[in-house]
Amino acid sequence: MTKEFDIKKHSLVPTHTKLTEEEAKKVLDEFNITKDEIPKILLSDAAIKDLTPEYGDVIKISRPSPTNTKTTFYRVVVNG
Amino acid sequence: MTENITKKVKSIQFSMLSPNSVKRMSVAKVVTPELYDREGYPVDGGLMDIRMGVIDPGLRCKTCGQRLKECPGHFGYMDLARPILHIKYLDTILRYLRSTCMDCGRILVEGEKVKKHLDNVQKAEQEKRYKVKKNLINAFANSIKLIKKCPHCQAKKKKITIEKPSTILEDGKRLTPIQIKARLEKINDEDIITLGNDPKNSRPEWTVLDILAVPPVTIRPSITLQNGERSEDDLTHKLSDIVRINQRLFENINAGAPEIIIEDLWDLLQYHVTTFFDNSVAQVPVARHRSGQPLKTLHERIKSKEGRFRHNLAGKRVNFSARTVISADPKIKFNEVGVPKIIAMELTIPEKVTEWNIDWLKSLVKKGPKNYPGANYVIRPDGRKKSITEETQEILIEELQPGYIVERHIVNGDISIFNRQPSLHRMSIMCHKILILPGRSFRLNPAVCTPYGADFDGDEMNLHIPQTEEARAEAEILMSVENHIISPKNGLNIIGSIEDAISGLYLLTKKMKFSKGDATELLFNASVIDEKMKNFKKEVTGKEVFSVLLPNDFSFVGNSKNGDDVVIKKGQLIEGVIDKALVGEDNGQLIREIYSKYDEKIGIEFLARIFKLGIETLLRSGFTIGISDSDVPEKINKKNQDLIKKAKQDANNVIKQYELGKLESLPGNSIEETLEIRITEILNKVRNDVSKQVSDSVNEDNPTIIMASSGAKGNLLNVAMMSSCVGQQAIRGKRVQGNYSGRALSLFKKNDPSPEAHGFIEKGYKQGLKPYEYFFGAMTGRDALMDVALRTPKSGYLYRRLSNALQDIRIEYDSTVRDAEKSIIQFKYGEDGIDISRSDGGKINVKKIIKQIKGK
Repeated sequence: MTKEFDIKKHSLVPTHTKLTEEEAKKVLDEFNITKDEIPKILLSDAAIKDLTPEYGDVIKISRPSPTNTKTTFYRVVVNG
Repeated sequence: MTENITKKVKSIQFSMLSPNSVKRMSVAKVVTPELYDREGYPVDGGLMDIRMGVIDPGLRCKTCGQRLKECPGHFGYMDLARPILHIKYLDTILRYLRSTCMDCGRILVEGEKVKKHLDNVQKAEQEKRYKVKKNLINAFANSIKLIKKCPHCQAKKKKITIEKPSTILEDGKRLTPIQIKARLEKINDEDIITLGNDPKNSRPEWTVLDILAVPPVTIRPSITLQNGERSEDDLTHKLSDIVRINQRLFENINAGAPEIIIEDLWDLLQYHVTTFFDNSVAQVPVARHRSGQPLKTLHERIKSKEGRFRHNLAGKRVNFSARTVISADPKIKFNEVGVPKIIAMELTIPEKVTEWNIDWLKSLVKKGPKNYPGANYVIRPDGRKKSITEETQEILIEELQPGYIVERHIVNGDISIFNRQPSLHRMSIMCHKILILPGRSFRLNPAVCTPYGADFDGDEMNLHIPQTEEARAEAEILMSVENHIISPKNGLNIIGSIEDAISGLYLLTKKMKFSKGDATELLFNASVIDEKMKNFKKEVTGKEVFSVLLPNDFSFVGNSKNGDDVVIKKGQLIEGVIDKALVGEDNGQLIREIYSKYDEKIGIEFLARIFKLGIETLLRSGFTIGISDSDVPEKINKKNQDLIKKAKQDANNVIKQYELGKLESLPGNSIEETLEIRITEILNKVRNDVSKQVSDSVNEDNPTIIMASSGAKGNLLNVAMMSSCVGQQAIRGKRVQGNYSGRALSLFKKNDPSPEAHGFIEKGYKQGLKPYEYFFGAMTGRDALMDVALRTPKSGYLYRRLSNALQDIRIEYDSTVRDAEKSIIQFKYGEDGIDISRSDGGKINVKKIIKQIKGK
């Protein structure tokens, strides 16, 4: 097995994208929250390894939903 | 009643009590173990000193001048002859001793590492990850243990050990609390921060007590027994022990007694102070009363189920409530509750006197508390409460005028809240209207048993009477039964027709015919009068009778239990039979359709009417079961016997193959497992085959079959079990095994894999079981019983933890789900924002909605 397994291609791993500074601000304003009131994701999380995340980035996760076709979720990157 | 809030709590700071703050908050110094003088008056400087609060009616507190119940109590203090280790802070003491240098008092780590550690801690603090912070500090303190030398003064570290419960040793030599205190005092503020404490609020040396705070008298009141003797609180007992030993220690020190005696007394004082804080410390002998019963000291007051939190704060007792056994009454409405008269005369509602109701209320006061309906109390405008008795009655009626309040008995139609524990979902507590009935039990309609999870084998339920207009309005609007027909868990109707009502509707709509008079009478008896009844012809079918209850503009297509179409056009049932799939609980398509098309009122009214109609139908036609219901024609019986015989033969063939070693294993199973699987398969199949034979052969009008096919109770398998074959008994999903001996009963051969040796019951209940078959039946019965008895408390605890963890989470107005800190849990409720109770099976059926709009 020389080929590395890419977990992002797994059907159970939803798409993670990094939001830009402005996009992140828009999301935070929409929900009227600060960065510590939003769910967290670890810097070392395998699903965001390729996004070169930094502490404090906001990650957007879109997953398929049987009732809503697509749902979005946001997480802020924390150390660990 | 309402008080203006003048201050708001912004934050809470937890800290240790410093000796200074103990002195500052104290009002008295306790010096003597005596409690009262000869007249029974509290001694000054004793533990019941009236400067610390009063518990005698008539006395006034010397500190605040208030009486009993007004004075909140005030702390006192006592000087300890020698310092004592606080048992609850032993870990903290050890951590500081192990992490700091015995010589210079500095932390055993250089500045660089400390700085890095503090950075990490600060980051965790900012991110509100307090658990991470705690772990960081713990890991840091643990890493210090390995360091052998002080980096500041190069002194060698000595090994600190603890000899339980509270002796601290350094390299095997005992450290006295005096030495420990001296060491802790040397530690500087920065090092305290590094180890996770705030030196302003919690200095480590405060964990070694020179001075003990004495709790106010009001939190340890004494009880006066009938014979006039006083019985003191456990805390007072413990405190007087401490005072006594403390005094002796003082005396001995002053008299220059030998060191051994002083040390002994010191240890004794340590013991008493320890048990004062916590009387259940490991390896400390429990302090007891003279009777041998353990003292309940500070720790025990707070801890566990009987402690302050779970007993007094999380669970309180209430007034205006009643509890009694429940029983069924299918003739009362769903949203009514039958209340016994004795209870009605005890529960009251405060009714404001106005010029419009004064005559009525006067008549109630006249009847007094002993006649129903009467009243128990009159409240004057100044707030004085007067109980109505024979003497006061006349005067009270005289003076009653607008502005007064009369606490009258509850009467029919009053609002109440009805509840059955365990309250697992919101339908466990609903609003019912009072209906006074004779007898001594609460009565409820059997259809509302499901949401409460109630039955009538001795269940008891609670009734509460809301006391204000606001509470009554809230209960009626938010908690009414009609608003809880649809469950928020799956969007299905939790209330529906049950048992006899289903049987009745099934029979009615299947093929019943009435004369015009009979049909009208039937509907009348189900309390229905409707325009539609005018259209009755000479002969009326059951379907037409049922249609009277349907709204005129109602159209519907659905499926009955066996898959047949049920068609309703413009309020007329045209095709199909009404059964569980249409009106039953959790399945009632018809009920949900009416509920969503009209409103709750019409929905529950319809449900109540069909329920009554079903029961009334059954009452008229008569409905009973008997042994002959499970009679099977001889021909079919023979066929069944052959089926069973053949199955047994098949099983034996498989066994033979196995014995010959010819059995091929199924993928992923051993040969033994394959044998079990094959045999189980054959034996389970035969019961289904038999059951099919039985259901094909029996008469449709057979009441047992009617109940099974309408979904009222039971199923066809139960019929087959009675008439032909009980079938394979299973324990934990397997055939009955003889676990260690190789056989289930001693009459079988060891390791005999045959069907009858492993719980296959060949005959039906009617033919009778063989002794060993009966035994196998008992085995599965006991297994099921044990399973329930063991699982219920386990799942109860699981649920308790879950509900405690989730209790503050709620949906905000922007449809986000947030916790008590307003942090987001979900960005949209359920990630799709759908209210399950208003959806169609958890989804929104757009096509159906379009069709509905278009249809109009």
